[in-house]
Amino acid sequence: MIELEDLTKRYGDKLAVDGLSFTVRPGTVTGFLGPNGAGKSTTMRMVLGLDAPTRGDVRIEGKHYGELREPLNSIGALLEAKGVHGGRRAYDHLLCLAQSNGIPERRVGEVLEMVGLQEVARKRPKGFSLGMGQRLGIAAALLGDPRILMFDEPVNGLDPEGIHWIRNLMQQLAREGRTVFVSSHLMSEMAQTAEHLVVIGQGKLLADTSMSQFIAENSRTHVRVRTPEPERMRDVLVEAGLRPVTGGDGALEVDGGEAPRIGELAAANGVVLHELSTQRASLEEAFMRLTAQSVEYHAYAPGADGTQLPQTPPGAAPPPGGAAPPPQPGQAPPAWGEDWKRGR
Amino acid sequence: MSTQQYEGQAAGQANWPNGIAPYNSPIPMARTHLGHALVSEWTKIRTVRSTVWTLSVMFVLVVGIGLLTAMALSGDDYTGMPLLSSGLFGLMLGQLCVITLGVLVVTSEYGTGMIRTTLTACPQRGRVLLAKAVVFFVLAFVMTTLACTLTALINSALLSDQTRPSYVSDSNFGGSFEGGKLVASGGEWLGATVGAGLYVALLGLLSLAVGALLRHSAGAITTMMGVVLLPLVMALFMAGEALKDVRDFLLEYSPLNGLASLYRIPMTEDQDATGWPLLGGLAVVTLIILGVAYALLHKRDV
Ligand SMILES: Nc1ncnc2c1ncn2[C@@H]1O[C@H](COP(=O)(O)OP(=O)(O)O)[C@@H](O)[C@H]1O
Ligand SMILES: [Mg+2]
Repeated sequence: MIELEDLTKRYGDKLAVDGLSFTVRPGTVTGFLGPNGAGKSTTMRMVLGLDAPTRGDVRIEGKHYGELREPLNSIGALLEAKGVHGGRRAYDHLLCLAQSNGIPERRVGEVLEMVGLQEVARKRPKGFSLGMGQRLGIAAALLGDPRILMFDEPVNGLDPEGIHWIRNLMQQLAREGRTVFVSSHLMSEMAQTAEHLVVIGQGKLLADTSMSQFIAENSRTHVRVRTPEPERMRDVLVEAGLRPVTGGDGALEVDGGEAPRIGELAAANGVVLHELSTQRASLEEAFMRLTAQSVEYHAYAPGADGTQLPQTPPGAAPPPGGAAPPPQPGQAPPAWGEDWKRGR
Repeated sequence: MSTQQYEGQAAGQANWPNGIAPYNSPIPMARTHLGHALVSEWTKIRTVRSTVWTLSVMFVLVVGIGLLTAMALSGDDYTGMPLLSSGLFGLMLGQLCVITLGVLVVTSEYGTGMIRTTLTACPQRGRVLLAKAVVFFVLAFVMTTLACTLTALINSALLSDQTRPSYVSDSNFGGSFEGGKLVASGGEWLGATVGAGLYVALLGLLSLAVGALLRHSAGAITTMMGVVLLPLVMALFMAGEALKDVRDFLLEYSPLNGLASLYRIPMTEDQDATGWPLLGGLAVVTLIILGVAYALLHKRDV
């Protein structure tokens, strides 16, 4: 669990993070979404105690980062800037981190295998591809088998296979009961990975909600109808209590309508249809609308002219993780941990 | 992750909104302390090429130049220099390698971003700096002392048979003769081995502290080169009576004078200088700068 309270960071004149308060809970993947420069990386550095907050507080399992006694067992992080000495072999890089936390050396081999880097364990990361570098960073994050994982833009620059791998990994880690906090500037990426969503723009909290609720609230669904007889079709629809609008290309757009019902109406009235399709505004559009509002909001003096906050008020989140799948013992891969428990 | 674990979790799941109990690792964890940081820093320092390079070059410079000088002087008439003193020339160059390594131990972490990984694994920043300082200092001291001792042995083997011209008496020279052979006193041996090793390791530690302050390899190395070389170079350009006091001050407190004095060839007129007081002064300065670096490390964002 990560708890942020009024977390604020100012760099000179620039307010990078502005009064963020939210909680990241275990058992789900929480997406941390915001356009470039929104303050995601800065927030994550403050979580790790690397940057000191100008104001406010952030706690990991109730403690400040500096108070953690086995930090790598509490939280593992992959930061945006690769924190690796390019001249130190992958194995040695992980070894020195393990030693700093008293983690047994054989764990190094384990995490190298988990991320698929055992072949290049004795190579220097200088020559690694972007994807290999990212895997090494993830191996370091997994080293202490932590209860919390935090990834800053983990899929940046990865090939589709790598992206798929990271998505599955994050979801599996969450299923095991861990807290997974992952940032991205791409809504589409988050939609496929996260169950819970925290959106920020210009350092401010814009939304803290479950993914399904975010989708329901922010994406407009409508049915698109193209017909050679638009006037008649419009009348039919209005009679049925629907409210069609004429779209840019002359097609009718029916908000909230259901395609089967509209098709049946057309058939019953003998209207020829050339197209009948359900349209869902992309989440990317919803995200852009949300963050654009934050820009607009900033353009006015807050509250001075009654400017409205964005539609989704901060803190309006439902109980988190409502949509989390239950653990599925049958599907869980064999547990490597058994080994460690015997050895204890 | 195992079935067994899930059954165990079922009882307590009411506490968790989504029915998943928090994860607990089966890996045995230790409460971390300075010992862990020391082991970790030792792994770090021995697994980068810059360590191998700087220390090898230092070794080659100190021993190689020592050997060449000794061979050149061997068999000739006594030059008037103390027996072990020619070890200084190689070490004057070799110390620059140790300075470079000291700086890199800290700045390479800032340059690569490794420092963030390091401080995430060990948020006790003072502990990290202390571990780095101890590991580097011990390594630099052992290696430099080894190189200096080897050089001193070479000098003593090749140069002790220098002949003393009959027209000079013992008291005219820094060295002393016993039974017609040039010998070095215990104090000279100590200065040219452990003393020189300590002095250079301290300079390296000072470089490490400067690196922690500046966080920039080139900047910190340049600064340290300036500290070591500039006082002497400036003094050389200060001709004339008016500047004599400044010149003497610069010469006396030049870091090179401390090293030269340990070899019993001080740059000032004080021919009895042993270099140990200057070494003590260097230790004090180093601890102060390290203290400042320690304080700033806690204040700054990384
Ligand atoms: N160390 C720093 N010094 C000055 N400004 C910074 C620093 N780090 C981040 N910023 C600024 O803070 C803002 C947020 O940056 P960042 O947290 O990197 O955003 P994100 O990760 O969401 O793209 C940006 O405008 C960035 O320029
Ligand atoms: Mg970022």
